[in-house]
Amino acid sequence: MQTEFRSVLTGASLGLGAALSAPALAADPGMMEVSVTIPQLKVAEYHRPYVAIWVEKAGAPAKTVAIWYDHDMKNNEGTKWLRDVRQWWRASGRSMRFPANGVTGATRAPGTHRIAFSRAQLGAQAPGDYVLVIEAAREVGGRELLRIPFRWPAKAGAAGRAVGKTELGTVSISFR
Amino acid sequence: MKTRLLIAASAALALFAAAPAQAHRQWMLPSSTVLSGDDVWVTVDAAVSNDLFYFEHQPLRLDAVKAWAPDGSEAPIENKATGRYRSTFDVHLTQKGTWRIASVADMLMGSYDLDGKTERLPRGTTAANLAERLPAGATNVRTAEANNRNEIFVTVGEPTTTLFTPTGKGIELVPVTHPNDLFAGETATFQFLLDGKPAAGLPVTVIPGGIRYRDQLGQIDLKTGADGTVAIDWPEPGMYWLNVTTPQAEREEGAGGPPPLARRASYVTTLEVMAP
Repeated sequence: MQTEFRSVLTGASLGLGAALSAPALAADPGMMEVSVTIPQLKVAEYHRPYVAIWVEKAGAPAKTVAIWYDHDMKNNEGTKWLRDVRQWWRASGRSMRFPANGVTGATRAPGTHRIAFSRAQLGAQAPGDYVLVIEAAREVGGRELLRIPFRWPAKAGAAGRAVGKTELGTVSISFR
Repeated sequence: MKTRLLIAASAALALFAAAPAQAHRQWMLPSSTVLSGDDVWVTVDAAVSNDLFYFEHQPLRLDAVKAWAPDGSEAPIENKATGRYRSTFDVHLTQKGTWRIASVADMLMGSYDLDGKTERLPRGTTAANLAERLPAGATNVRTAEANNRNEIFVTVGEPTTTLFTPTGKGIELVPVTHPNDLFAGETATFQFLLDGKPAAGLPVTVIPGGIRYRDQLGQIDLKTGADGTVAIDWPEPGMYWLNVTTPQAEREEGAGGPPPLARRASYVTTLEVMAP
């Protein structure tokens, strides 16, 4: 009885999903999904990297969409090392205040992390060519930066990837 | 044969020996030039040495070192210490923006006649204390100004240019490129002023740090243009020593004695060039 009830529900939700996705196909995707892999490293002293993700467009100021750092230390001490994410610091970080609303996040463990940004969050309202930049800097470790160009309006589906060699694994973007 | 070789070798040695005597370089080396955070400090090492940036000769005296916050107010020099080979101090960077840490000396050089003898003005003579330093009866007083500026810049957050208003004395740097926004592979442009006016045709010397562990000095010799500007291509990241000096007046052919008295000015800074 219970099983039957559940399956009915599932059927209903499936139907609902199908009904909603049909018009969505016609519209432009509104979200970018970013998959970031932080590699597992065999080192004596490991600290999770500081990671910055930002968007660049020729002629426009860079827009930070995420900065993962030690944001919960006493007296905001984790901000001392933000400048080590040095390209981001120059492009955007040095003009920001911390913690930054909707942008500040905790550092993340090795593994694959999926995050999503709306077109507004990316600052990509205007049609044109953009670059998503991701930079990782690790305490007592190295630094690496990857760039993934994208275009807006975008087509749904996979849209680009870059593979790091040291501090970053595969980073890929897709639109939905 | 052997003798001739020896003479040649010692002549070469003499040539080399002459170089370091002039080459003592004074410098201040900050722990960082690009800083973030809420409670920010910079530690500065200061010395006079041959190799950059190794303290191996004399400490830089800290008497004249001062620091200015981005809003123009003077800030304390803390934890001062002077050792055998170097001095060190801290500055608490309590404001966001670009700070200046400088040691400026405005002196008078020259001579006077007394009892039929020509005497040099004592060290430390300035326009303000000249009258009291001259002994009674001194005549034929000849003076020339010497302005030496050794300064560094450090920036918390976004670089600012509030501290670059020229004083009009000696050689000063005006940023076209901000001195805390330098990257290897890029070209930086600075303007130099002499007594507040564009310093045309002055020699600019740029030397990358880390001399001890390489064979070639890697010195970059440049000259300011008519507008006092100079463009520097940074070959690689690191700390660089930059020096601008008014050329020494040359004595006339065959004339002995010291070079003629002329107004002199020098400028020294340490610049950090970031990795791209």
